Amino acid sequence: MALDLPNLSHMAHLSRRSAVRALAEPAVMLPTTVFPLIFFGVLAGGVSAAGGIPGFPSVSYTDFVFAAPFVQISLLAAVSTATLLANDIERGFLDRLLLTPASSVAILVGHLMGAAAIVSVQVTIFLIVGLIVGVHIESGILGAFVLALLIVLLTVGIGGIGTFVALRTGSPETVQGIFPLTFALLFLSSLTLPRDLIDADWFRLIATINPISYFIESVRSLIITGWDAEALARGFLVAAGALAVGLIASVTALRGKVART
Amino acid sequence: MTKSQSPAIDVRSLSRVFKNGPRAVDAINLEVFPGEIYGFLGPNGAGKSTTILMLTTLLPPTSGTALVAGHDIVTEGRHVRAAIGAALQEAGLDPLLSGREHLQLQAALHSLPRQERAQRVDQLLGQFGLSEAAGRKVIGYSGGMKRRLDLAMSLIHRPRVLFLDEPTTGLDPQSRSAIWKEVRRLAREEGVTVFLTTQYLEEADALSDRIAIIDHGKIVAEGTPEALKAEIGRPSVEAMAVDPDDSSALAEILGQFGEGVPARAKGAIAVRLANGTVDLAEIVRVIDAGGLRIAALNLHTPTLDDVFLAKTGYSLEGSGGSAEDGSHGA
Repeated sequence: MALDLPNLSHMAHLSRRSAVRALAEPAVMLPTTVFPLIFFGVLAGGVSAAGGIPGFPSVSYTDFVFAAPFVQISLLAAVSTATLLANDIERGFLDRLLLTPASSVAILVGHLMGAAAIVSVQVTIFLIVGLIVGVHIESGILGAFVLALLIVLLTVGIGGIGTFVALRTGSPETVQGIFPLTFALLFLSSLTLPRDLIDADWFRLIATINPISYFIESVRSLIITGWDAEALARGFLVAAGALAVGLIASVTALRGKVART
Repeated sequence: MTKSQSPAIDVRSLSRVFKNGPRAVDAINLEVFPGEIYGFLGPNGAGKSTTILMLTTLLPPTSGTALVAGHDIVTEGRHVRAAIGAALQEAGLDPLLSGREHLQLQAALHSLPRQERAQRVDQLLGQFGLSEAAGRKVIGYSGGMKRRLDLAMSLIHRPRVLFLDEPTTGLDPQSRSAIWKEVRRLAREEGVTVFLTTQYLEEADALSDRIAIIDHGKIVAEGTPEALKAEIGRPSVEAMAVDPDDSSALAEILGQFGEGVPARAKGAIAVRLANGTVDLAEIVRVIDAGGLRIAALNLHTPTLDDVFLAKTGYSLEGSGGSAEDGSHGA
């Protein structure tokens, strides 16, 4: 197979199109922005008593769960971007892109970078909301940038896995079938409590083997701890793993689909 | 069309077999020359679209080779894509982008120089009558406008070879006529090689310099429309008896005037007239003298559908009694 070097200009134009496309679809943007905010409000307002459990970190529960909406928007955006690609396949728009000299990598990365751009805007909105409700980011402005980077990497990684499903099935409905799985990963993690405070053994075990727990803990460390190298390393490792699996799987699926040279 | 040059499309034993499926394209060979409009005619499922998908690098062939604009479709895909334009069966458009945004994206992906992009986009929007609708989202476009935008997108980089997969299916006569006019202009004035699939006989006849008829993945006939029709040669007459029991008597009478050929209508008898239309009056007299009651009597001058019928044994679906059909009822 010939070397398939991506053209940066192609990627930039495809990213722009992907972002414009997502912004133009209220059914995509509204739920992925509003739902995590509601979710955060419910957790911070309704489950705040959990902060009083002996052994709970000495921070407000609002600060503790502030990592939750970021991870949630990442997973929602990943599913949405994969669904948009499946729509492109269904409408023949992907074929239209494949008929140009743009490389497979440029087409896929361009598509995913559009999702990254949207998520970056959403992260900014959430950080502003956090400041308004009194959340303190312990790692400061630089920590907020690192938080955004982690979220973008996870979005692109999980989005890549979603696009793999889209390319293999070409069905938006099947891609949306990933949604419950991402939610299970989110809830069966250390989302609402530190792992050592999870009472049920089975839940603690699943949360311990669930990579999303380590990702949440890295985001959370930036908010409530400051700079925790070990937690950050774990978070970046999870994001990098998702990124590697997502990109390799999706590029391989696209090349396999069209035997592209 | 310049046959002295190397073919713009050169296909050798090209096949595509789908997993657990039929042999969609079965070792076809064809050559299309620069500036030629090549009609690829066949019914649904004959292998037309599969051939286009392979020649445009969207589907790998199972075996065989093909050069498009001098580049191998398997090993030099990027060069092929840079040289071709294609409007596939479904207009590949994003409903939430405007016509202008579609063209701008295509121009960028074909790496048109930045200073040329806006001018080329405006030119194509004007050429295809889309200037007024340029800023509107495609979701509000009519079927004809979508087709025209699709064709404009396929031309943004001035391709040497243009693939059109059933470009007028589902269009109203006005839109169809506009696309025909543009396809002719591209070939005649700009020297673009056009590979056109269609299931419309009228379209193939009106546009194509040469036609290939594909059936069950195999090319069963190839030539100019005139040559193919001349191959069929003489007109045929087809008659149907009111009483089916009279069919054998009718066949005997018609057999005096020519050789039997497959009939279009079920239960009808058809013969190719040995002496042409001069025998028509005599046929009517002999049938009348024989006391046979006739439900229908039709004279067919050779059409592409006759060619299709002769080559495949059945009439092409979708011909729909088009203007090209030379039937005359009696």
